[in-house]
Amino acid sequence: MANAALDPHAAIATTASGVGSGLLTTEDGKPLARALVRSQRRARKRAFLLVLPLLAFILVTFVVPIGQMLTRSFHNDGFSANMPQVSAWFAETERGTPPDEAAWTALATDLVASADARSIGVVGTRINYDMPGTRSLFTSTGRQVRGGMEPPYQANLLEINEDWGDPRLWSVMREASTPLTANFYLASMDRTRDETGAIQQVEEQQRIYATLFWRTFWLSAVITALTFILGFPIAHLLATLPMRKSNLLMILVLLPFWTSLLVRTTSWMVLLQQQGVVNDILVWLGVIGGGQRLQMIYNQTGTIIAMTHILLPFMILPLYSVMRTINPTYVRAARSLGATSWTAFRRVYFPQTLPGLGAGAMLVFILAVGYYITPALVGGSSGMLISNMIAQHMTGTLNWSMAAALAALLLGAVLVLYWVYDRLVGVDNLKLG
Amino acid sequence: MTRLLMLGTALGLVSGPALADVNLLSWGGAYGNSHLEAYAKPFTAETGIAVTMSDADNPATPIKAQVEAGNVSIDVASVEYADAVRLCDEGALEVIDPAILLPAEDGTAAMDDFIEGAVTECFVGTDVYSMVLAFNDEQFPDAKPASPADFFDIEGFPGKRTMRNGAKFNLELALMADGVPAAEVYEVLATPEGVDRAFAKLDTIKDEVIWWEAGAQPPQLLADGEVSMAYAFNGRIFNAAQADGQPFEIIWDGQIYEMEGWVIPAGAPNMEEALEFVAWSTAPAPQARAAEFISYGPPRRSAAAMVGNIEGTDQPMGPNLPTSEANMGAALASDLEFWVDRDAELNERFNSWLAS
Repeated sequence: MANAALDPHAAIATTASGVGSGLLTTEDGKPLARALVRSQRRARKRAFLLVLPLLAFILVTFVVPIGQMLTRSFHNDGFSANMPQVSAWFAETERGTPPDEAAWTALATDLVASADARSIGVVGTRINYDMPGTRSLFTSTGRQVRGGMEPPYQANLLEINEDWGDPRLWSVMREASTPLTANFYLASMDRTRDETGAIQQVEEQQRIYATLFWRTFWLSAVITALTFILGFPIAHLLATLPMRKSNLLMILVLLPFWTSLLVRTTSWMVLLQQQGVVNDILVWLGVIGGGQRLQMIYNQTGTIIAMTHILLPFMILPLYSVMRTINPTYVRAARSLGATSWTAFRRVYFPQTLPGLGAGAMLVFILAVGYYITPALVGGSSGMLISNMIAQHMTGTLNWSMAAALAALLLGAVLVLYWVYDRLVGVDNLKLG
Repeated sequence: MTRLLMLGTALGLVSGPALADVNLLSWGGAYGNSHLEAYAKPFTAETGIAVTMSDADNPATPIKAQVEAGNVSIDVASVEYADAVRLCDEGALEVIDPAILLPAEDGTAAMDDFIEGAVTECFVGTDVYSMVLAFNDEQFPDAKPASPADFFDIEGFPGKRTMRNGAKFNLELALMADGVPAAEVYEVLATPEGVDRAFAKLDTIKDEVIWWEAGAQPPQLLADGEVSMAYAFNGRIFNAAQADGQPFEIIWDGQIYEMEGWVIPAGAPNMEEALEFVAWSTAPAPQARAAEFISYGPPRRSAAAMVGNIEGTDQPMGPNLPTSEANMGAALASDLEFWVDRDAELNERFNSWLAS
């Protein structure tokens, strides 16, 4: 009991609980708890008003457009909106029902209406996504039936093009008859549906996306590791040198930031290509013969070298800012207590750099996963990443649903990794500066 | 009433010129420059309608985005034929009445003057460009390559090659090199065996190819000696040879030509001026003038003879154009229906082939 009385914390606890049972009030007689809540609410409101412009900005310029774009990955009404009657027929019948007279009539009516409204291309494009080669079936039929069509519809449509009788086409149209679809996600994972609607892998020679996803994450991990290996000693040097010298070095680190990305990428081409500077020097030194010049660019090696260089500052800067705050006396203390320099580094110094390392690795990895222009220019065929396919669907084939599905998968994968990181290391440990 | 009219006139005078600008979306570079010098500037000088030019990597992408968002700011855009077909079928483009097109100077009706396929529902062709084989003359002092087959003959004509990263053009070239006559290329390519055959032919040089992404890369690779032969757009090769004096030679045998031209996005803000611009700029004289800036041929027959010297030199441009008669012998017209249909599928297969 005497011990408890001597413990200062126990004393405070006793006093506080003693007072808490009564009602504390402010000077003007209001209950203290309520006044506190009110003043905190006011402060929160003010803080919210301060961030409101940024919130609105992010919402308008980022969340809404990206949300809209990603919606395309599972919502495409190109067929269902322009072919209402045949879509209704699909809704009423079960999968596998062969098209009857009503179906042919509905199809013909829709085709005529869609051709007149000049939306037949949208319809054909939608079906073409799932069944390549069918777009021209729709557009050419559309050109012939513009202005109206005579029954018997089935015979006439088959007369125009016998492909209209293809059961696979009807199965694909059935799937497109509702705007919601998972087919773009299936295609992003090299999967497709057969006539019965069962999911299967696409033919081997068409498989590409799974490989590219795998390669994207693998290369990003390699690049992150490389930036760490190269960046850690530099950051340490920067953090320990006297201010004047470290400032000079800092400019060298930042210099690439001030140069255009394309210029940097092109310089790597000049350096690394077979008739380039590095190969010339190696040949001149006699390390390799003139006929065995190394292929260091337009392949994976080129992508790794150029991207490591471009992303290096994103690793160095957070590491540097964390290392600056590490008190050198800790390592000295460890050494004085008998630790070898390796043990002192491993058990005392390195753990303190982890927040910077985590932030740097996260930045580099996430930037690398979505990188586009550098792999496109120096990657050749083996250094291409998934973002190059997204770009191709955005600007080449104009299949934005597919681009959105690939982007959503990439986003999802990064979020999963972020979650794993949070589990393993803890996101609140991140320190950017 | 008079006051109202006066007010209207005054307002018209004040706001007229600002409203009547034609917003022209082009590609930039030497090609965009030809649009500026041969079309935009003289058009403004002649009609008083200002033309505001902007650039895009591929103008079809902003058109699609603007039309879908219902906020169109482009009046006229230069797009590739395939994209024009695609966007037109999707209702993203205005229909252009061919009656507005100006007749040739000898009175031939416009539709008879344009080459086949140059005017469609939504599209009026401005120029014909082509994919050609080119080589660095210095690398072949003795025998010179002369055909698609030579491009695939690594032993006879050593050195790396560079080709466009994508299925289009490469599959056709492979079939032509494998002995398929130009007229039958698409017939063969429409069959699965034909596609296999094209990829098998590409397999023979796969390890020797650097795949280019941007049109500026192949002349650079040729100039650096990184490759000895390139498969590239004729305008780029011509520019490097002409302006930078590079020793590049073009092989016209097996060229694949395509068209670019004007389209008007659905809901363009200044329709009237846009149509006037399209009609004016596709007359034979401006088309011939544009061909003096860049080696893309005019799609009007009567314009061919009017093309003068290469801008800033005293050499004739004529022989450098894909449409020149001497160059059209073994030429292949790119089949756009085919590519609009099979683009995605064949590109996936191409990328899968690259990755394997």
